Amino acid sequence: MSLLSVRDLHVHLGESHVLQGIEFDVAEGGVTALLGRNGVGKTTTLRALMGLVDRRGRVELEGADITQAPTHRIVRRGVGYVPEDRDVFAGLTVEENLRLAERDDDPQYDLVHDLFPELKERAKQRAGTLSGGQQQMVAIARALLNRNRVLLVDEPTKGLAPLLVTEVARVLERVSELTTVLLVEQNLGVVERVARDAVVLDTGRVVHVGPARELLADKPMVHRMLGVG
Amino acid sequence: MSTFVLLTITGLGLGAMYFLIASGLSLIYGLMGVLNFAHGAFLTVGAYGAWFTESKLGGLSVLPRFLIAALAGLVVGAVFAGLVELVLIRPLYRRHIEQVLVTVGLGLAVSALVVAIWGNDARPFASPGWLGDTTTVLGARVPNDRWVEILTAIAVLVALNAFLRRTRYGLIIRAGVENRAMVTALGIDVRRAFTLVFAIGGVAAAVAGVLSGVYFGTVDPARGTSLLIFAFIVVVIGGLGSLRGTAAAAVVVGLLQQYANYYASSGLGDLSVVLLLGLVLLVRPGGLSGSFA
Repeated sequence: MSLLSVRDLHVHLGESHVLQGIEFDVAEGGVTALLGRNGVGKTTTLRALMGLVDRRGRVELEGADITQAPTHRIVRRGVGYVPEDRDVFAGLTVEENLRLAERDDDPQYDLVHDLFPELKERAKQRAGTLSGGQQQMVAIARALLNRNRVLLVDEPTKGLAPLLVTEVARVLERVSELTTVLLVEQNLGVVERVARDAVVLDTGRVVHVGPARELLADKPMVHRMLGVG
Repeated sequence: MSTFVLLTITGLGLGAMYFLIASGLSLIYGLMGVLNFAHGAFLTVGAYGAWFTESKLGGLSVLPRFLIAALAGLVVGAVFAGLVELVLIRPLYRRHIEQVLVTVGLGLAVSALVVAIWGNDARPFASPGWLGDTTTVLGARVPNDRWVEILTAIAVLVALNAFLRRTRYGLIIRAGVENRAMVTALGIDVRRAFTLVFAIGGVAAAVAGVLSGVYFGTVDPARGTSLLIFAFIVVVIGGLGSLRGTAAAAVVVGLLQQYANYYASSGLGDLSVVLLLGLVLLVRPGGLSGSFA
């Protein structure tokens, strides 16, 4: 049984039919990459799984239907979310951003501070004054504070300097040892390094499912499906 | 000099009342995006709750009667505001036009109900005699109720700040004002914070209702609506969702009204406030706090 199962998922945003009945599974453990060109519905898929947009279809987490559940209940079932634009609370300090995310009785501050020691030093700094990379650390740290069954991570390397991209990839590797990750990522180097499986979307439909390395090794297919290479 | 002092302290007292109404409005809009046109009804319900309680406590002396009545008014205001959120606003979540229609309708309905039950005339609101006395400051004889209004508003500002800074719900509300969706994406049921913010707004408006009863010596069905207009102006000038901006704007509006009415011409106070609103919208559309929430 897959950890996360998506069946016939539809999302309309205004007049646009963004997701047109997508279906895929996320197996327990490791990283599943959700790939595709810009605008094919990757971010919308994560937002639909989180219940942040109106959706139709069926989403199951460990066999339980969570399609109708409100966002906060989905999260409390063990779904962590790192959004595309980090969405840290700019007026709150780093410490407050993390405190707000605490769900478990025993939040994993040791893990967070081990992965991002800088956040401990900047605990009293307002998140809005952090660099993009530091804000990304806060966004990932918020999700890691709790013991999630699956983490939905949306373009964590977007806009980051190459050195920070490597750092984020290292963190994702470490995280994938602890929990299952569904990763939206444009940087194929990062995908190659961390992902086990890949799901490719095109214009709101799933067009490929398979091992990530196999996909990335097939350059014509990568070029056809992702428009790169 | 004494006139200026009297005008200043009276302006601050008026600003205090504006702040008490506007603080709830600002928090409600900042967190929920709801323009609550029924907020004046919270003031009316609180004021009449206090007046009704006071009228039933004839055997007590004035001070305990006033204090019990004021407390009853605050409770009534909080419960009423919380119920409004639960029953009327929650089903209309994200439907902003319907929310506006419902809150406008509720504001009108509450005024009409109060008129139907207790009539259109203002009702005398008894308060301790020393509130009607004056204290001389730099030659100005300042009515004591002005001090109570100012001190109460400061106490509410401090309490709200402490609540927002030091409690988990305060943290949720501050975060929710910035990005409500992300708060829910952290596993928090932000709807509880919605009800709480409405209840807090109801208490603050009810405090304003009780204090307006002291200030004018009466409660009347239209006061909530008339004060609400200025509270909205204060919220816009201060910056939607900003408590400090609201406090600063309330002081500016209260003082400007008093100074303009006296030094320019009686009646120009209201006009000058509207002109200030236009100026702020042109020069600093996000208000004094600079927020564009």
